[in-house]
Amino acid sequence: MLGIDDPLVVAAYLGAILMAVIGLVYGIVRRNAARDEITQEDRSWAIEEKRVDDEL
Amino acid sequence: MAGQASVGWVDIIVILAYLFVTGYLGWLGYRGTRSAADFLVGGRSAHPVIMAVSYGATFISTAAIVGFGGVAGLFGMSLLWLTVLNIGVGILIAFIFLGEPTRRLGHHLGAHTFPELLGLRYQSRTIQLLAGALIFLFMPLYSAAVMTGGSVFAATQFGIDFEVALLLFTLITAAYVIPGGIKAVMYTDTMQGFVMVFAMVFLLGFTYLSLGGVTEAHRTLTDMADLVPAPLAQIGHQGWTAMPAFGWGAPTYNLWWTVITALVLGVGIGVLAQPQLVVRFMTVRSRRELDRAVPIGAVFILLMVGTPFVVGSLSNAWFAQNGPLLYGKAIETIDAGQDRALVALMRENDAGAWVPVISAKTEAPAKAPLIITERSTARDADGETFELVAGRGATAVYTKGDADRIIPTYITAAMPRWFGVVFFLALLAAAMSTISSQFHTIGTAAGRDLYERITTRPGQSREPSILVMRLAVLAGLFLAVTISYTVRQEYVIARFTAIFFGLCAASFLPAYIGGLFSRRVTRAGALASMLVGMGVSLFWLTFIKAREASAIGLVQKLTGGKSSLLADYPNWPAVDPIVIALPASLLTLVVVSAVTRPPDPEHLRRCFPQRRA
Repeated sequence: MLGIDDPLVVAAYLGAILMAVIGLVYGIVRRNAARDEITQEDRSWAIEEKRVDDEL
Repeated sequence: MAGQASVGWVDIIVILAYLFVTGYLGWLGYRGTRSAADFLVGGRSAHPVIMAVSYGATFISTAAIVGFGGVAGLFGMSLLWLTVLNIGVGILIAFIFLGEPTRRLGHHLGAHTFPELLGLRYQSRTIQLLAGALIFLFMPLYSAAVMTGGSVFAATQFGIDFEVALLLFTLITAAYVIPGGIKAVMYTDTMQGFVMVFAMVFLLGFTYLSLGGVTEAHRTLTDMADLVPAPLAQIGHQGWTAMPAFGWGAPTYNLWWTVITALVLGVGIGVLAQPQLVVRFMTVRSRRELDRAVPIGAVFILLMVGTPFVVGSLSNAWFAQNGPLLYGKAIETIDAGQDRALVALMRENDAGAWVPVISAKTEAPAKAPLIITERSTARDADGETFELVAGRGATAVYTKGDADRIIPTYITAAMPRWFGVVFFLALLAAAMSTISSQFHTIGTAAGRDLYERITTRPGQSREPSILVMRLAVLAGLFLAVTISYTVRQEYVIARFTAIFFGLCAASFLPAYIGGLFSRRVTRAGALASMLVGMGVSLFWLTFIKAREASAIGLVQKLTGGKSSLLADYPNWPAVDPIVIALPASLLTLVVVSAVTRPPDPEHLRRCFPQRRA
């Protein structure tokens, strides 16, 4: 199939494409499913992260 | 005209312009919103394309493209199983299952590095120190792999010495990394990501077109299976569109164990425990941003990893059809009907006589299976006439067995000249985004995880030492360049990458995942598992895994010259440490956690606060 005789190699070739398709489907289905809010804790973390980044 | 390795003024101008644009974007970013943390602070969301492409660009480097692409050119499309894992594990599992818990835990604990995440989760300074030390000592190996990848390509494309290319590459890296350009400047990463995508799409399309289409190209490669060089056939190579021979107990199965355990599993699983990638999840705004980044990350990785592996393998078909002619004397017929023979390679000397080409590796006359297209008579060094044949062979014949030069040689020979420059820029982009995250990680490992932890007492407020971080980056860079300069044989780019990924997986993965999901993992369990993972991996690399052990040199002293303690027991010397070390460290985590004191409930509540309905 596809000019390749070894079924395990065909499986890898198509499997890689399949993984990407799964990712596409997942992202489309769940694009608004999760919450999207930042807590104060998230903000404090980000401020500290900026500080670490800036120093470096 | 393709095939000319040289550097022209146009090349220099294009490259300088690209570096200028990158620098300008970095400077723009410096003045305004730049890092993911900035987005979070501002309460805004980085576009999921930016988050995903930036993550992918950090993950994918010259090591993947040149190093593993070259290995695919040597060993074939069985490497595509690594692509399956890169997407399935590196993107799908990482983003969908590990991303959000990592983000939440990191924010609850106030962790900003991977060692800090582990150290705070298990309330253990020792764990943070151990993780920091491992990163500081071994990340330079991975950096060396990335730098070698970029330098080998530049050397081949522009016809300069490898050492000169490495020097230039080091200078560019230092200029980018040291003055503080090591923030995750996401806009620059994203622009670079787009350059990379364009380069890969063009490369894949051009290659398939020049070989007559997808099925035709694969069919040509399949029908070339008898052109596999003898040394590879002896360890199990069955053709570039076939898996290596599977079995246990004889050297003829070595290639299967090398490809699957070292290259596919080591990197495929190891990606989950890469410190510079794990910290990315902490800079993500929310679960929703992660979900939206999944498709982009998946497609990006497919293009960036799938393309070099497919093109690397197909380069063999291209060279067999279009490569420069190689000359010699036929010594053995492989397939008379298709004009395939094993040829002792020869070259014409100044006197017009034909002399054998001596292989630098074996110091014996070089031989290669070729498709014969021309025959004539010629004279050898003794004045005797013989039948001189001319033909073409697999890519490895043209690179004299050097896998790391397969992708550069193919691109220089087969692609239009302008594409070689664009591809170099794509590689530079891939390398820069990976290297900047590597050195950021090295810097914080030394400054925040090691220095801070060693010099401050518990309870004291801590100030990371900027000087220590900068020195660590310099030291890491020096170490990486030294490694890159001295070690260049036997697909070293892929091997060093696999070593680092495997080491991280065995040492960190059980403690990391256990820490994310289980309340029952204890400090002792985590520490023990890290020590076991590290110890078994390093022992295996030094004494069992033949290629690395013989390079390190200790095993020969113990065994009187053999390359492995298990040299007489194939295929153990071809098995990667991860197969033994990861199960060992996982078992250690479970067993030691079961028999030691559970963590303090107050601390667990902080790690896993009750979620409101």
